[in-house]
Amino acid sequence: MSTSTIDPTLLDVPGPGLDPVSVRERRERRLRILLPICAIVSALLLWEFLVWYNEIPHYLIPAPSLIAKTLVTNFGSLMGSAWFTVKLTLLSLTLAVVGGVTLGMVFALWRPIEMSLFPFAVILQVTPIVAIAPLILIYVPDTFWALLICAWIVAFFPILSNTAIGLRSADHNLRDLFTLYRASPWQRLRYLLIPTALPYFMAALKIAGGLSLIGAVVAEFVAGTAGQNTGLASRILEASFRNEIPLMFAALFLVSALGIVIFLVTSFLSTRVLGHWHESEIKRQS
Amino acid sequence: MVSMMTTPAQITLAHVEKRFGNGTLALSDMNLDIRPGEFVSFLGPSGCGKSTALRMIAGLLEPTAGQITVNGKPAGKGRDDVSFVFQDATLMPWASVFDNVLLPLKLAGIGKAEAARRVREALDMVGLAKFETSYPRELSGGMKMRVSIARAMVTKPRLLLMDEPFAALDEMTRFKLNNDVLELWRKQGLTVVFVTHSVFESVYLSSRVVVMGSRPGRVVHDLAMPEGPRDAHYRTTAAYAETCRRVTEALEGTMDHVDLNH
Repeated sequence: MSTSTIDPTLLDVPGPGLDPVSVRERRERRLRILLPICAIVSALLLWEFLVWYNEIPHYLIPAPSLIAKTLVTNFGSLMGSAWFTVKLTLLSLTLAVVGGVTLGMVFALWRPIEMSLFPFAVILQVTPIVAIAPLILIYVPDTFWALLICAWIVAFFPILSNTAIGLRSADHNLRDLFTLYRASPWQRLRYLLIPTALPYFMAALKIAGGLSLIGAVVAEFVAGTAGQNTGLASRILEASFRNEIPLMFAALFLVSALGIVIFLVTSFLSTRVLGHWHESEIKRQS
Repeated sequence: MVSMMTTPAQITLAHVEKRFGNGTLALSDMNLDIRPGEFVSFLGPSGCGKSTALRMIAGLLEPTAGQITVNGKPAGKGRDDVSFVFQDATLMPWASVFDNVLLPLKLAGIGKAEAARRVREALDMVGLAKFETSYPRELSGGMKMRVSIARAMVTKPRLLLMDEPFAALDEMTRFKLNNDVLELWRKQGLTVVFVTHSVFESVYLSSRVVVMGSRPGRVVHDLAMPEGPRDAHYRTTAAYAETCRRVTEALEGTMDHVDLNH
């Protein structure tokens, strides 16, 4: 924040122009995309070269080209598994958002409910999902639903706690201002509490997006030993039983790709929602 | 206290006491009448209860004893004719300048077209008409404070309460905003209650300075300021210097040694 004041009549209205600054910005943006791509391509080439040069057998470490080939030959079945995992992840994330936001609001507005229910949320959060999953798989007959519950438990907590904290973080003077103008509870929620909580929620969404995928994969690993489902995690397990290392890598690649897509989408959403005002999304002028 | 003895008071504080939950006595036995059109400053060291008194007049705090009447009703029960300006501009960072000034009208359910007209009028009044689409983070401290004042004025209040509004600004900006507030006060026929810890600011702005002491917070002096135009020239006159000296003495008399060692 600048402390000096500029007479509004003398100040230029800030806006983009065709000046050296925007040229530099564009170059920086290009670099930000190009550099990571170059780094990843070089790493893959190095990997390919080392495998080829040292003649490492493909059942130990497959070359990237072989992984790509495996990906293509098993494309249909891998896509089926990927779709199962995507469904599981997105559904659990959606339920985590709905449940977390709803309960977060209840927590923020009624303190006694928070005090009574918070311990349960913490217990769910701190108990490793791998330890609960077998029980859930026993009690819930349908595997998909069992997996969904596991992934949901993992993704739910960050949304819940961040929403509750965010709704309570409104500036005290702004609260007073709303009181002074006799805002109704609904107006207060809509125009003060929700905008205040939004940055907290977006941060939680980024975390929960990754966690829901982890939850889905971990739960499937636990369930996968029973061989009842077809997600990417069970493909990895299945391939490992058959010593098909390239297939393991191919499935692993898809899991990572899915994680990256979730990260990019949530980051994009965050920029869209907060970009025009929140410090976390604003680039500082240098 | 000298002028306008006959007009009925707009704000009355009668034996007002405020004790906080932790037992601190923030304000004890405060009695004060403020008449329409007065510009009253609460001046005092930190902890003298001046902000507490202001918040009680706004209805944001309840007195533990005594009565506060504003516009004929108990404080906080009247409607739409009291505005408050906080020390920091207290703008919503997610909303544009326009939307920030619009807030009081939106909360009051005033129609869009009418509200937009009044927002533009208020922004015009503080010289920020060109900045309605800007966000608070793009503005300097002084401009943010102007937005805050525009937001306070958009409801056309009869009473403007200001809680150390310019304490965090640099001196040049402060002088300019002082003049802006004086102009609003004169043109709009406002009553202003202004909390400050600056002797010079209080003497420059006010028609009356209420000097308060701490431990417990209380009114020590109630001084009428000389009438006359307030401009850059006034700051250099002997009368201004003399009044400042008088108020400073009154203020120092309220402090014990602990305060002076700060």
